[in-house]
Amino acid sequence: MCLAIPGKILSISDTVDETFKTGKVSFGGITNDVNLCMVPDAVINDYVLVHVGVAISRIDEEEAKITFEYLKQIGETNELENK
Amino acid sequence: MKYLSEYRDAEQARLYFNEIRRVTTKPWTLMEICGGQTHSLVRNGILDLLPKYITMVHGPGCPVCVTSVSVIDEAIYLAQQDNVILCSFGDMLRVPGSGKSLLEIKVKGADVRILYSPLEAVQIARENPGKEVVFFAVGFETTAPANALSVIQAHKLGINNYSILASHVTVPPAMEALLSDKENKIDAFLAAGHVCTIMGTEEYYPIAAKYKVPVVVTGFEPLDLLQGILMTILQLEKGEYKVENQYARSVLREGNKPAKDSIQEVFTITDRTWRGIGLISSSGYEVNDNYKKYNARVKFSLAMPFAEENNDCISGDIMKGLKKPLQCPNFGGRCKPEHPVGAPMVSSEGACAAYYHYSGAVELNPTI
Ligand code: SF4
Repeated sequence: MCLAIPGKILSISDTVDETFKTGKVSFGGITNDVNLCMVPDAVINDYVLVHVGVAISRIDEEEAKITFEYLKQIGETNELENK
Repeated sequence: MKYLSEYRDAEQARLYFNEIRRVTTKPWTLMEICGGQTHSLVRNGILDLLPKYITMVHGPGCPVCVTSVSVIDEAIYLAQQDNVILCSFGDMLRVPGSGKSLLEIKVKGADVRILYSPLEAVQIARENPGKEVVFFAVGFETTAPANALSVIQAHKLGINNYSILASHVTVPPAMEALLSDKENKIDAFLAAGHVCTIMGTEEYYPIAAKYKVPVVVTGFEPLDLLQGILMTILQLEKGEYKVENQYARSVLREGNKPAKDSIQEVFTITDRTWRGIGLISSSGYEVNDNYKKYNARVKFSLAMPFAEENNDCISGDIMKGLKKPLQCPNFGGRCKPEHPVGAPMVSSEGACAAYYHYSGAVELNPTI
């Protein structure tokens, strides 16, 4: 539950208020809505670490892929599919 | 069964193990704070592959393990009220309160919903204006920003039927409590990477200096942990006690500013009782007065009697680093994941469940 899962930002929705800034984020093919207000510099195609539906940091692509594979292997990405 | 070849970079893992063995001249006790790290250490067989004189003890960084019996009772009480939808992360459902668990009352018909994100709870509140929606907001600094954000969103949307039962805990005060314990055996800490992604590393400098303990911020993957352990032992062997950052790919010294701002906006620091450990002053977050209409304790005038801990469970000694799960007489007998006596047997981030599932399945690789 405390882990953060890396995903790739596919699109970012227009919002007037930053608090509600969301994007479609792909986690190895599964796409979820993610709040992006805590990573204000993130743009489309960036990789972010996502914890309980909120992106908490940007990370580079290489690391994102390796970390995602590890989490998948240990079953920690299941919570995305149970959505 | 775990072999080094299963590591994402077996050669690198071998180098770390060899280097750890080469530099270690004395016995050391290291505590990893985070339950995700505990899980990874046990699951990947690292505990068995480390030199025997390095003892890893497993800290209190598991929300399921440290949320007090009284707070679980509060959640159960709320879920039993007519008109309340109680939303929670799934891990919390099987934790025993003083009587039942949330799962038991859900089975009996209480409206308890498992969510992935607190932001979904705000949505449920919006769709159910005739109901009171309460989110059971557990977790460490990693989770606090998302829970704070749910309150900020509800406020901005003018949603009045949403509140949170905050039982947030924070790492640095717990580290100080453990280090101040007369029986303390911890020589150094691996600090939790995702907690520091939010908070940064500043808070650890005074602790490292005051207690003369190395603190190495570490990720949770096997190679992260091995590198973190090596960095820690290099410091210990040299008599140093610095704050170092193994997890620089995610952690900045200043942390994540917008995330810290959201915590600041919604929460205030409070004393918190940790299951198994007891009261630690200034070790938690509660909803502040500006947002008190979103505080479930205020909204429902909660005044639950203090609930006693289960004395059969030695989780406190485990999380203080004084004992290991296999030293508990209940382990694997009376206490199993299917019928947990204590909280660390519930989630896989708990040390007891990690040992139950993965230890003993480890075989030493003859090639190292
Ligand atoms: S084995 Fe069960 S009773 Fe013993 S410390 Fe672990 S959770 Fe508590």
